[in-house]
Amino acid sequence: MGRKTPGLNTSSMADISFLLLTFFLMTSSINTDQGIARRLPPPLPPDQDTPEVRERNIFVVKINSKDRLLYNGEIGRLEDLKDRAKEFLGNPENKSNLPEKEVVDIPLLGSMEVSKGVISMQNDRGTSYDMYLQVQNELAAAINEMRNELATERFGRKYADITEPQREAIDQAIPIAISEAEPTKIGEKK
Amino acid sequence: MARFTGKKAKETPALNMGSMSDIIFMLLFFFMVITTMRESTLFVKIVVPQGTEVSKLEKKSLVSYINVGTPMQEQQAKYGTDSRIQLNDQIAEVSDIIQFVELEKSARVEADRPFVTFAIKADKDTKMGLVSDIKQELRKAGAYKIFYNARKGERK
Repeated sequence: MGRKTPGLNTSSMADISFLLLTFFLMTSSINTDQGIARRLPPPLPPDQDTPEVRERNIFVVKINSKDRLLYNGEIGRLEDLKDRAKEFLGNPENKSNLPEKEVVDIPLLGSMEVSKGVISMQNDRGTSYDMYLQVQNELAAAINEMRNELATERFGRKYADITEPQREAIDQAIPIAISEAEPTKIGEKK
Repeated sequence: MARFTGKKAKETPALNMGSMSDIIFMLLFFFMVITTMRESTLFVKIVVPQGTEVSKLEKKSLVSYINVGTPMQEQQAKYGTDSRIQLNDQIAEVSDIIQFVELEKSARVEADRPFVTFAIKADKDTKMGLVSDIKQELRKAGAYKIFYNARKGERK
């Protein structure tokens, strides 16, 4: 028989193990889904006329069945969409061909100029979902950037870090003004 | 028995159990990291598109999924190769969505019903025709809160 091994004191082992266990329990999260949240408009009553919108208040983004883009009738690139949308919604120089603004009293912010501009999206039935989401993503990027800028200017913090009422105020000042038209049917597989 | 009566029984050396918990915990962590929770098996292949502006889906208990994609290889004989919709664990038609919405809403408590979100988990190669049809059905069914599933990715 060899020499007896001296017994290790393992009573602190449990402490260490539980420390690790609790650490991972608290930090881990079951993989959450990510994506873009949107609200659908309620269905229109059949007898209602479509409201008239002035041409300067609307920015048309069309996607065809080949995933090519058209901004207000001109061929455009996806990379430019964010800046175009920001310029359109913000209208910083109050140009006459960009949307009008309406003065609205918003709690926490006071009277704010809210753009009347609406981005109108139209796609084809043959457009790929990927392209559609890229366009949605760029428009979301434009709105998020504008909200961030306003939040930093008024509250000194980013949009993600402000309180709930502050966020609601910002949402009111810069709404998600995206409307979707009925898709065209050119690229549909018969 | 000589073993018990004998004055000096041969002692079996005690096994050192100190490293036992290490091994157990290593296994535990391995399985903790490896497992993903899945509610229903997917019949359709889905690779969600990438986006830079994705946000987390909040309140998982109030989310119902609409999966859209092409059927998996082994399902293609049955369902074809065109994009299909999967609701819960079966392939469905666009017209089934209204009923699905009702069912999903009635499964929640009354107070939560207006906040049920329908997450559209669609493959990136899906044509918008199908997605538009789904959106129209959701509108008809009065489900206005939707969510487009996407992965976080770098700007292309």
